[in-house]
Amino acid sequence: MATPRRHRVLPGFGLSLGLTISYLSLIVLIPLAAVFAKSAELDPAQFWHVVTTPRVVASYRLSFGAALLAAFINVVFGLPLAWALVRYDFPGKRIVDALVDLPFALPTAVAGIALTAVYAGNGWLGQYLEPLGITVAYTPLGVLVALIFIGVPFVVRTVQPVLEDLDIEFEEAAASLGATRTQTIRRVVLPMLTPALLTGFALAFARAVGEYGSVIFIAGNLPMVSEITPLIIITKLEQYDYAGATAVAAVMLVVSFVLLLVINVLQAWMMRSNDKAHA
Amino acid sequence: MSTASSTAPWNRSARFTSNPAAREPGAIRWLVIGVALTFFAVFLLLPLLAVFAEALRKGWAAYLAAISAPDALSAMRLTLLAAAVAVPLNLVFGIAAAWAIAKHDFRGKNVLITLIDLPFSVSPVIAGLCYVLVFGAQGWFGPWLAAHGIKIVFAVPGIILATIFVTVPFIARELIPLMQAQGRDEEEAALVLGASGWQTFARVTLPNVKWGLLYGVILCNARAMGEFGAVSVVSGHIRGQTNTMPLQVEILYNEYSFAAAFAVASLLALLALVTLVVKTIIEWRAGAELRPDEAP
Repeated sequence: MATPRRHRVLPGFGLSLGLTISYLSLIVLIPLAAVFAKSAELDPAQFWHVVTTPRVVASYRLSFGAALLAAFINVVFGLPLAWALVRYDFPGKRIVDALVDLPFALPTAVAGIALTAVYAGNGWLGQYLEPLGITVAYTPLGVLVALIFIGVPFVVRTVQPVLEDLDIEFEEAAASLGATRTQTIRRVVLPMLTPALLTGFALAFARAVGEYGSVIFIAGNLPMVSEITPLIIITKLEQYDYAGATAVAAVMLVVSFVLLLVINVLQAWMMRSNDKAHA
Repeated sequence: MSTASSTAPWNRSARFTSNPAAREPGAIRWLVIGVALTFFAVFLLLPLLAVFAEALRKGWAAYLAAISAPDALSAMRLTLLAAAVAVPLNLVFGIAAAWAIAKHDFRGKNVLITLIDLPFSVSPVIAGLCYVLVFGAQGWFGPWLAAHGIKIVFAVPGIILATIFVTVPFIARELIPLMQAQGRDEEEAALVLGASGWQTFARVTLPNVKWGLLYGVILCNARAMGEFGAVSVVSGHIRGQTNTMPLQVEILYNEYSFAAAFAVASLLALLALVTLVVKTIIEWRAGAELRPDEAP
């Protein structure tokens, strides 16, 4: 390493960094590299064939489409939820605030069967939706509902602290300059929340794309209709089609890496604009 | 999501509601609250209540029988074992990573932080798959392991490894920002005053980060006990042997033993609720320590 040899004051650098890198390599990096190594065993034509068969393409469309829509819905409803939690008082607020993190704490399999129970034709909500012609369980709509569930905390918890730390003087200034409340929110508050909203959107989307447990119970898993990409990987594995499973996994991994990059850029932007809001 | 930023917001909404420049008309306020609470009820509250309602549908006797069935008990043991291995290992990793990253300067630090977050953006199914590719019969070490009679995939070690994979970032990502924000002055002072490295860590760093540490451990544990996708791939679903509680839920559910499935699920839901309660308490304590002047 060409790092300038500065004197290190605090001890334990070699030990802690060595441990960090070894552990991360053994547990995460080398096993992940196996996915790419294994998928490289297929020749490019075979690889392309596996990852573009109609059934697989239909699963991308569902996984990415439903994840995008779910993340968008989470932004639309997560903003009022975060807003109400930060700025208003209402009965049960502490409980609501604590339960927003439920999707982080509740195992996905539990969420999956619970959502199915609620939205099935005889469920608490399903019994009212089905006469209206809206079938949620065992359709792509069910996939969407599950992905909305697991994405809720991402948007709320990204927006909430930003909204809390927002300097109230900006709104006072806008009001004293004659802006209506609507104008203030649209032209002053929302622009300051945009980085946080986009970050929350990206986090919810990234999580939703790879989600498996909460989806498979409510989706019905019909090939070409309600089959998500992670399930395709599992199905191929169960048929001992390791190369096929790995090829599809490699495609998903590349997408995940790109998303991770985008999220990092967004978070850096969010930090910068927070600093500006406090300057 | 870090403890530093999640202070109890209900103590602070007064500065918005009492300020006419930052206040919406009453009708709008109630509309926003109405939309927020409807969304909350439909997507979070109802599913949670449904778990308990379905679990008790056939009465308490059936409920108790379901959670004390031998397969359920062995699933609980395996879930506890997986968490008991994964959480301490990730705790040591988290502390080491935070010490290296927050208390020292080196090149590539941001890359390392991104790599630590990697398991969060990888589908759990892929996390399971990569261990099959490394340790499975067709995998890199498969033939060697088979020759030595060691079974990792479709056995307990695989389940533990998959659990570790998906929970790697939890503690590290709580500690890194916290320790970065606290700086190095206190540790440097301790060293100047003659403390050893370990003494400095145990008496200066650790007390400073105790809430963040506990917060990370709680979330790591919840995920470790609840992981489904990754564990499902490496488990092989052998009843009474390689089934964790979430996998047991799936098996019972697919056998149409709905009440039993929800009974086991309700234990996991209770765990989730305990996690949220402890987490909320930690946030209050940490918030009160950070802002003693604003404490209620």
